[in-house]
Amino acid sequence: MANPNPTARSFLQVASTEEAAPPLRVVQMEGLVVLKIIKHCKEFSPALVTGQLLGLDVGSVLEVTNCFPFPMREENEEIEADGANYQLEMMRCLREVNVDNNTVGWYQSTLLGCFQTVELIETFLNYQENIRRCVCIIYDPSRSDQGVLALKALKLSDSFMDLYRNNNFTGEQLRERNFSWVDIFEEIPIKVSNSALISAFMTGLEADTPVTQCDYDRLQLSANPFLKRNMEFLIECMDDLSIEQQKFQFYYRNLYRQQTQQQAWLQKRRAENMARKAAGEEPLPEEDPLNPIFKPIPEPSRLDSFLVTNQIANYCNQINGYVTDLLPWQSLYHAGTPTVFSKQLGDCIY
Amino acid sequence: MAASERTVLQFTSAPSSTSLSARVHPLVIFNICDCYVRRPDQAERVIGTLLGSILPDGTVDIRNSYAVPHNESSDQVALDIDYHHNMLLSHQKVNPKEVIVGWYSTGLGVTGGSALIHEFYSREVSNPIHLTVDTGFRNGEATTKAYVSVNLSLEDSQLAAQFQEVPLDLRMVEAERVGFDILKTTMVDKLPSDLEGMEASMQRLLALIVDVYKYVDDVVEGHAAPDNNIGRIISETVASLPKLSPPDFDKLVNDNLQDHLLLLYLSSITRTQLTIAEKLNTAAQLL
Repeated sequence: MANPNPTARSFLQVASTEEAAPPLRVVQMEGLVVLKIIKHCKEFSPALVTGQLLGLDVGSVLEVTNCFPFPMREENEEIEADGANYQLEMMRCLREVNVDNNTVGWYQSTLLGCFQTVELIETFLNYQENIRRCVCIIYDPSRSDQGVLALKALKLSDSFMDLYRNNNFTGEQLRERNFSWVDIFEEIPIKVSNSALISAFMTGLEADTPVTQCDYDRLQLSANPFLKRNMEFLIECMDDLSIEQQKFQFYYRNLYRQQTQQQAWLQKRRAENMARKAAGEEPLPEEDPLNPIFKPIPEPSRLDSFLVTNQIANYCNQINGYVTDLLPWQSLYHAGTPTVFSKQLGDCIY
Repeated sequence: MAASERTVLQFTSAPSSTSLSARVHPLVIFNICDCYVRRPDQAERVIGTLLGSILPDGTVDIRNSYAVPHNESSDQVALDIDYHHNMLLSHQKVNPKEVIVGWYSTGLGVTGGSALIHEFYSREVSNPIHLTVDTGFRNGEATTKAYVSVNLSLEDSQLAAQFQEVPLDLRMVEAERVGFDILKTTMVDKLPSDLEGMEASMQRLLALIVDVYKYVDDVVEGHAAPDNNIGRIISETVASLPKLSPPDFDKLVNDNLQDHLLLLYLSSITRTQLTIAEKLNTAAQLL
């Protein structure tokens, strides 16, 4: 039957053509969410905490408008049900006061950037089943001592998700797709927005105390504790990486040995067959699947080594960044130490 | 009637109210403003509970808050108590140290309905703080005030509750101070990087130093009255710079510099090693 209106599409047609979602370009957070995350992570530091993000998914922008923290959980079965109840209860209550109760991801705190673990990936995949686009916000409360707002928005890259779902983490697959360890996570830029009311309030309230707003601790020149901890973590990660490398070497050696064994067996079989042919008997098959030397050895997954590599790269970047920022300050040393001076200056003016 | 008898209006002032002061974290203000923006259309103002703790010196530290749905008409106020309790339980699961310290409402001043709500809250906690946040900007600026209620009684009968204002302090934790600049504007395109943050701090420090300089100049030239205390503090500050002989100082600085350069070298070489190792791992071809 001819379609009377060629431009109209039938319902079935529309339902079948999935609209390609525009790629996520930016995460827009409200100041309220930033403050809540900072407060929660800081209160419980050095313990690592998590919480849920609520908001809206609009085009290529993911808006995060509210969040709530998760209570510290013990690894206990009955507490699991409690946790789910808590979540439902919070979402219901927030709905009553007109907060968007649409989950868009979760946030977690970290210590010096050691967050690339398999659990993170599993959580991502769990969330991804229900929500089309979700994001994880990582906050590092220890870096606020250096005066840096260490907020990062992470997302698993699509290529990684395909590979992981198909459990295709072997060397050849990775080589084919030209996939390296930098491709696992994608970092998304963060924008902070505030309603006009709040910005008016903050501008009005800030004028009272310009002096106490001066954050001297950022001008600290002793970087040693931070660098020391970074180096310690880096060394631990190097140990992990070398263990992973050894696993690979072991695998390759086994593979090689197995192949030489196979060759030897094949030679023997061929010789036997020659003898048999000479004797006029049936030749034996050249393959014997029941022989244990033909059992294929499973290749170890490269996922762990990738994650560890990611962590190491992270630490290196942090150290690099920190030290290069510090270098110009060294020249200021000749003028005296700013920190002690500035603290007392602030006191005397106040 | 006994004309000689005189009934005197008594102020039973709570002994702690004279030294009571309140401290508010900016998160609370953000929460209140956000709830106000999201309020249902028929509500004129937003009411909610304040959570926090009482510090050992008597100051009330207000750290968190949540809105409670309510219905208000000219003579009646109805508050959703179940909701209030549910939210309180949920919040306490995360942070058991935060307890109710009072309640807030938007709008300037205290109305009749507020007295009833205050009575409800005083049943939950002794001496609750009432915080008003003026979202209407009626005075042309943002005003937040904190009140404590004091009972006025005539002999034995309760007459009224007087709301006495209490000094309020807006405090910010170090981490929040770092992000404060981005909280002031309506839209920030990217989070400030380390260097920009440091630059801002340096500029603030410079402004402080310029102020002190100007003050000292004024005093010397006789424009401003000299204050001995300030002068003493300034001289202490200047004297607090450590005195090291130049060669020692140079050695200190150079050692530090070399350590840092070594770290830089180590981390760069680690990164290079990572790329090579990864190429070897995935590019390995057997047979």
